[in-house]
Amino acid sequence: MTQINSKIPGGPLAEKWKNYKDHQKLVNPANKRRLDIIVVGTGLAGASAAASLAEMGFNVLNFCIQDSPRRAHSIAAQGGINAAKNYQNDGDSIYRLFYDTIKGGDYRAREANVYRLAEVSNSIIDQCVAQGVPFAREYGGLLDNRSFGGAQVSRTFYARGQTGQQLLLGAYSALSRQIGLGKVKLYKRHEMVDVVKIDGRARGIIARNLTTGRLERFAAHAVVVATGGYVNTFFLSTNAMASNGSAAWQCYKKGAYFANPCYVQIHPTCIPVHGEFQSKLTLMSESLRNDGRIWVPKKKEDAEAIRAGKLKPTQIKEEDRDYYLERRYPAFGNLVPRDVASRAAKERCDAGYGVGSTGLAVYLDFADAIHRLGKTVVEQRYGNLFQMYEKIVDDNPYETPMMIFPALHYAMGGLWVDYELMTSVPGLFAIGEANFSDHGANRLGASALMQGLADGYFVLPYTIQNYLADQIQVPRFSTNLPEFAEAEKEIQERIHRLMNIRGQRSVDSLHKELGHIMWEHIGMGRNAAGLKEAIQLLKALKKEFWSNLRIPGRADDLNIELEKALRLADFIEIGELMAHDSLDRAESCGGHFREEYQTPEGEALRQDDTLSYVSCWEYRGEGKDPLMLKEPLDYEFVVRQQRNYKN
Amino acid sequence: MDQNINITLKVWRQRGPKEKGAFETYKLNNVSQGSSFLEMLDVLNEQLVNQGKEPVAFDHDCREGICGMCSLYINGHPHGPDSAVTTCQLHMRKFEDGATITVEPWRSAGFPVIRDLMVDRYAYDKIIQAGGFVSINTGGVPDANAIPISKKDADLAMDAAACIGCGACAAACKNGSAMLFVSAKVSQLALLPQGKIEAARRAKAMIAKMDELGFGNCTNTRACEAECPKEISISNIARLNREYISAKLSD
Repeated sequence: MTQINSKIPGGPLAEKWKNYKDHQKLVNPANKRRLDIIVVGTGLAGASAAASLAEMGFNVLNFCIQDSPRRAHSIAAQGGINAAKNYQNDGDSIYRLFYDTIKGGDYRAREANVYRLAEVSNSIIDQCVAQGVPFAREYGGLLDNRSFGGAQVSRTFYARGQTGQQLLLGAYSALSRQIGLGKVKLYKRHEMVDVVKIDGRARGIIARNLTTGRLERFAAHAVVVATGGYVNTFFLSTNAMASNGSAAWQCYKKGAYFANPCYVQIHPTCIPVHGEFQSKLTLMSESLRNDGRIWVPKKKEDAEAIRAGKLKPTQIKEEDRDYYLERRYPAFGNLVPRDVASRAAKERCDAGYGVGSTGLAVYLDFADAIHRLGKTVVEQRYGNLFQMYEKIVDDNPYETPMMIFPALHYAMGGLWVDYELMTSVPGLFAIGEANFSDHGANRLGASALMQGLADGYFVLPYTIQNYLADQIQVPRFSTNLPEFAEAEKEIQERIHRLMNIRGQRSVDSLHKELGHIMWEHIGMGRNAAGLKEAIQLLKALKKEFWSNLRIPGRADDLNIELEKALRLADFIEIGELMAHDSLDRAESCGGHFREEYQTPEGEALRQDDTLSYVSCWEYRGEGKDPLMLKEPLDYEFVVRQQRNYKN
Repeated sequence: MDQNINITLKVWRQRGPKEKGAFETYKLNNVSQGSSFLEMLDVLNEQLVNQGKEPVAFDHDCREGICGMCSLYINGHPHGPDSAVTTCQLHMRKFEDGATITVEPWRSAGFPVIRDLMVDRYAYDKIIQAGGFVSINTGGVPDANAIPISKKDADLAMDAAACIGCGACAAACKNGSAMLFVSAKVSQLALLPQGKIEAARRAKAMIAKMDELGFGNCTNTRACEAECPKEISISNIARLNREYISAKLSD
């Protein structure tokens, strides 16, 4: 049987990364100029990697699906980025950031990777400040911090409620500089549709030019996939409309393992669904839980009256409110990790205490904060979020509590990578949300920005050299090689098949159906019977898709419906793999909650003796069941416990 | 209270940059006022696809007002009639039952139409590539707290940095000027010590690129500021002018 080799360096935890760097192979400047690297994606991971690699002297080909690299979905991250600077003198350290992240991930991440992440976190803040990222500052001129879920220290750096935007624009500016210098060649409105392998190594991609509809071939010495996560499988999520899992899925089909697909994050504070035409969900930053208090009515009749529009939340007396997070988790209160907060909201709504017209909402209340700090301070901290809420909901959150509900937000699972961020296909790397590496079964708030930039600025630019050092004698590949022609033909045939179904259903109508199946059976609460049913439903949906889809227009042209159809074909298959993985993982951990495995208090119950591994799925061909390989997670340095946010 | 409304849409359709465009009229019934403008267009497109017709092409992505991908001239205003929002945040409750709504692409020499309501804004990226950055490489930078920056300057820099690069400023301007966009980046970096070092070079390079790409001049009509979804102030243009003049004088 295939053994998984994660290439974790030896030595004590705190010295592994240093040891690795001290002994890895490097590429000298003259040879860097002879090597080409494809980077797919321009989010935090992709843009920072493309810029850093180009600065070092490599030739970079960079691809983005939007009209500009600045639009990548990292831009929508609101709350902040973690780092172990301990500027607040509140007891933070690299070890504590590592420990919080491992614990927050419910002990399903690799210790060595997470430690490295915590270790490079400080350099990220230095780098961003040097780029001119306008982080929030105190009157003394030094950087300000706030708290985020799953931590008892204030280690989150932020730029109002637009931290992702400012960090991405920082990386984008570094990338733009390299584009201007000619070291990065940018391909915008291009979508990767396949990866090309030559002699077992990744040597290029096929991309569809979204403006012309033409397929184009690109060759390089290595390929880096930085294409984000796959939670748009659920149709409704906080992800952008174009965010998709297809690039990663093509890698999977070409032999890269897909790891832990069942671990997806459901974010507790999103604006509730308003109707059937809804196209996406809007996140309200976790930073709001610094000052907002979450509650539902204590009495069922009050909740019913609110749902019927007969009672307003401001009319509910203090003693009739149930601040359920503060009640259940006194030590962390409203700042418990996301998975815990989401499940607690679901529990209250399922029990009949939900508010809003649908009963699928809870309150996030700032009355206390406004009383304590004054409206001006609250406005300074969260003004843009309050404005966003008011524009969408048409209600003033300074006066009436916000209504929130959990929504799909982030994929912890993704392409399996080793310590060097290389997938199981030599020369094919995955960074940022596209890989599975650092968050285990649940990601803590303000850690996605940290991981994306860690991978792109400070990890990949080192580890990729260990691979490329052996490639300096390899000449550039011609895109006329049969491997490229074959890959292009394959995708051409797939497009031809889609265009010729000529059925009755639009892509969106089928995608919404997929979303319902996913949310119902593979959402916040999962069980064996539901998952088995989901597998059958997905099979039927796949059949419906391939027999009743309608795409107007032509294939060799700008064609929005075709773009969406190609992505949906993959989303359906990703959904199937998620169902299999969820069924297989007979335990509850982090974002994966199997109803059969919970404590009497309703907390997640892990099965460390039998399930402490990364599930790595290997594609075996169309119509065949994928094979699951296990990468054991041996905890050498941390003692695993049941997560406790109570005391 | 949000209700369902019936509307008439006049939408600009154009196959390609060189082809002639024209308005098409569509009727949409039972549009929820709680849905966003783009969700309303989704409903229109679903209707068109179900009739076997090609949907209206428009740019959009994050649908929460931050990526800057969405555009649209709605009833003569970039991003529509509401203030301080992008088109994706504009809600149908801003329109009344029976309304006729005109939807056009950005119309600016700097932004050629690709298809229907989709335009090419790469000119803005080119301006950034000319100088909208601090010339440092990854690594080897000082500690983040090594240089204190006054809260006032940091806040002003953040105000300028809030620009999303959507292009509404140039689209709103009768001269097709990109000055608000350029001034926002120049201001952000000129206000911070990290960016001061190459401030003169930056202002000159970005202005030169803007001129080269065919954007017009600023004549202080303030249309850009009025239509900017992020309410970027034209005081940034004054700062850009100061930066530019002092850079030119020291040549």
